[in-house]
Amino acid sequence: MTEDFKISVGDWVADNLPKGLVGAHISMYGVVSGDQEVKDAFELWRQRLAAQGWGAPTWPREYGGAGLTDAQAKVVSRAITKAGSTNPIPYLAGMGVTMVGPTLLEYGTPEQKARHLPGMASGEVRWCLGLSEPNAGSDLASLNTSAELDEETWVLNGQKTWTSGADKSQWCGALVRTDRSAAKRNGISFLMLEMDQPGIETRPISLIAGESPFCETFFTNAQARKDDLLGQMNDGWSVIKRLLQHERQSQTNAPAPSTTAEPLQDVAKRYLGTSADGTLTDSDMRSRLADHLMDTAAHELTIARIMTDARGGNVEVSATASILKNSATDVAQGRSELLLEIMGSQGLGWEPGEYSGEETHTVREWLGGKAMSIYGGSYEVQKNIISKNILGLPETTQKG
Amino acid sequence: MAVLTEEQTLIKDQATAWAKDKAPVSSFRALRDSKSEQAFLPETWSAMVDMGWSGILVPEQYGGSDLGYLTCGLILEQLGRQLTASPLFSSSLVGASALMLAGNTAQQEALLPSIVNGSALVTLALDESSRHQPEQTACRAEQTGDGFCISGKKTFVAEGMSATHYLVAARTSENPGDAQGISLFIVPAQAEGIERTALPTIDSRDYAKLSFTDVRVEGTAVLGSLDDGMPVLEKVLDRARIGIAAEMLGTASQAFDMTLDYLKTREQFGKVIGSFQALGHRAAALFSLQEQSRSCVEAALQAVDAEADNVSELASLAKCQVGKFLFEMSNELIQIHGGIGMTDEFDAGLYLKRARVLEASFGNRAYHRHRYANLMGF
Ligand SMILES: Cc1cc2nc3c(=O)[nH]c(=O)nc-3n(C[C@H](O)[C@H](O)[C@H](O)COP(=O)(O)OP(=O)(O)OC[C@H]3O[C@@H](n4cnc5c(N)ncnc54)[C@H](O)[C@@H]3O)c2cc1C
Ligand SMILES: Cc1cc2nc3c(=O)[nH]c(=O)nc-3n(C[C@H](O)[C@H](O)[C@H](O)COP(=O)(O)OP(=O)(O)OC[C@H]3O[C@@H](n4cnc5c(N)ncnc54)[C@H](O)[C@@H]3O)c2cc1C
Repeated sequence: MTEDFKISVGDWVADNLPKGLVGAHISMYGVVSGDQEVKDAFELWRQRLAAQGWGAPTWPREYGGAGLTDAQAKVVSRAITKAGSTNPIPYLAGMGVTMVGPTLLEYGTPEQKARHLPGMASGEVRWCLGLSEPNAGSDLASLNTSAELDEETWVLNGQKTWTSGADKSQWCGALVRTDRSAAKRNGISFLMLEMDQPGIETRPISLIAGESPFCETFFTNAQARKDDLLGQMNDGWSVIKRLLQHERQSQTNAPAPSTTAEPLQDVAKRYLGTSADGTLTDSDMRSRLADHLMDTAAHELTIARIMTDARGGNVEVSATASILKNSATDVAQGRSELLLEIMGSQGLGWEPGEYSGEETHTVREWLGGKAMSIYGGSYEVQKNIISKNILGLPETTQKG
Repeated sequence: MAVLTEEQTLIKDQATAWAKDKAPVSSFRALRDSKSEQAFLPETWSAMVDMGWSGILVPEQYGGSDLGYLTCGLILEQLGRQLTASPLFSSSLVGASALMLAGNTAQQEALLPSIVNGSALVTLALDESSRHQPEQTACRAEQTGDGFCISGKKTFVAEGMSATHYLVAARTSENPGDAQGISLFIVPAQAEGIERTALPTIDSRDYAKLSFTDVRVEGTAVLGSLDDGMPVLEKVLDRARIGIAAEMLGTASQAFDMTLDYLKTREQFGKVIGSFQALGHRAAALFSLQEQSRSCVEAALQAVDAEADNVSELASLAKCQVGKFLFEMSNELIQIHGGIGMTDEFDAGLYLKRARVLEASFGNRAYHRHRYANLMGF
């Protein structure tokens, strides 16, 4: 990659980032905080990025991407971060750019790719994922929602839950049972269907962080087009396994959507005060903070090592990569807990006013962050995967 | 594992095979049981010298191969796996680093070739109390004519009984607690006025307590700048911390492999014990510590080779993270082996005992947490 590329990307961002957007915040669920002006600016920014193909920069141009390499895409995202902004498209597309899209690129027919990818890449079509059910969480393969083919149409019945963004999405990728007689994992298929139809009802669920980012989703004779089956019929398990790999990857690579770009130690200094020699007066916090920063560095160095090793063709990479979901969780949750403690009673406010925006945001982020160890394969499930698939220890639980 | 050059891969493979074959933990055990005065086998050391390991950091002009710290770390890791006792770390890494960083041409010419051919064992004599606290150095060197007269005590000196030369940190001005006023001296172990006593440490290695009573050295014995030895000492210590972290990574990784093997073979309740989730999850957590430690150790070794400006940070990071891994791992090694782990006949105890000595060397985790916070400015 040439230095010219970096410069031209940096120049483009400088020229095209709308004024007034620097520092503006977009939530994980694509909600822009701010007045109409900020919202309009974000929309303009989205259009410009989409025209560049930078919503999903590594996808082929014909599907709305820019055909960049991973390294080039990283240059783009760094340039945007450096300019103090965010690329809103992955958030606006819900599960589209990060999960469904990459899986579609591998498993989809040319027609499916042409029909679905450009809407994700431009951030205009939001996708949700209907996987979990009340009785199928970690043990996803025991799912019960069914689909039957009625000539040109799949007909779906059953209930999904924890469907993030279901009430705001135009499309859904759903995992359904298509053969009840087959073994658990062998009778599952992956269907894509439109959310705006009479057979689908969504009921938002409020979370401890105060948002309602996800829903219970009911399918009552909901319909999907016959040709919106992704991959082979009854082979949905391979599709979903790949999709969940993409999910883990996006979770471990994504920078935490944090308002405080300010280093943790500086926040600590502000709240706790320093002695004449510049050290934190609270020596217990100082020690735990150092521990946390070192854990963070170790996690980041592991990501760096995996990237270098992968380029060098080292085969041990995937074993090492298996630890990242949990180490990323430890780092993110550990950071939130420390921030809250550093803020003391100022870190306990629910609404702004008496508390600063930074403070209440920290609280919400701390609560929302508890989900990291639950979704995408829970903390315990990750340990099962490491002990069984990586270390070769015998199955610890029933098949699931 | 870092991406290695062909030469590094060769050396790593050679070290792995040699340590397993010629210097395995069983030969360390035999040496311990023989109650010999020797803390390492002369044939082990001469084999290392023959393979060129003693000169791995030393420039070619002094007979070394100048292959760098990552390569040296690869060897130390393999020696750590087998608990191979040798002066390689103390002399060829710490001693040689000090001479390369602080020595003048005459000093380098006098000692580096002997370090490489194994005839000189040059070790650092720094700690004075039960804690690693370089700035608390109280041992004094008084200027007398154009020489110095050293008096004071040193302890926990690695390879202290077999060393031919000590690199002594002594105070030439200021008071204990001041970073300023510390100088380094090259002192022959046979110098008059040095009394050395072997320390019977749990790991059965060579550690000594030294007492200096009016030990006279010439002005040319000063290594680096007078009174201002601390900056270069810190550089030497950083290399020592990173090197020992590589050894610790090997020790802990071997303990991990032994434990994993036991989890797959020991049966209780009609199943191999590795099928119990309580144990499988601990193995997973230890694996995660292992991988993260490796990332830190390799990054630190590479940073020294690249002369990066964050070597100190990475040294504390590596020593701390691998320290955490080795601490947990050495305890789990015993625990997961049940009653067997408690027996002297099984190797677990050797690893546990070595683990605690390594942890205390060149600053424990508490020391490096504190130092890391300092380096990060809080
Ligand atoms: C914020 C958020 C967003 C989500 N978004 C979506 C979405 O968009 N689409 C979707 O389909 N789902 C979504 N989920 C659901 C998520 O995938 C599930 O919560 C997850 O699979 C865990 O299932 P569960 O909640 O039923 O917990 P359970 O599986 O019932 O687990 C309960 C506890 O038991 C532990 N446990 C379970 N099995 C084992 C085992 N074998 N060994 C040891 N411990 C075990 C778990 O680790 C956990 O601690 C979301 C969840 C959250 C929190
Ligand atoms: C100092 C000492 C004195 C002793 N004195 C006596 C004595 O006087 N008389 C006597 O008869 N015995 C004695 N014992 C033996 C002692 O009772 C056994 O060591 C103990 O029962 C454990 O058995 P084990 O050593 O075979 O380990 P194992 O049972 O093989 O255990 C190995 C590891 O697996 C774990 N493990 C085993 N099963 C499970 C499970 N289901 N779930 C999760 N983890 C599991 C254990 O916790 C341990 O970490 C003594 C042991 C010691 C160390």
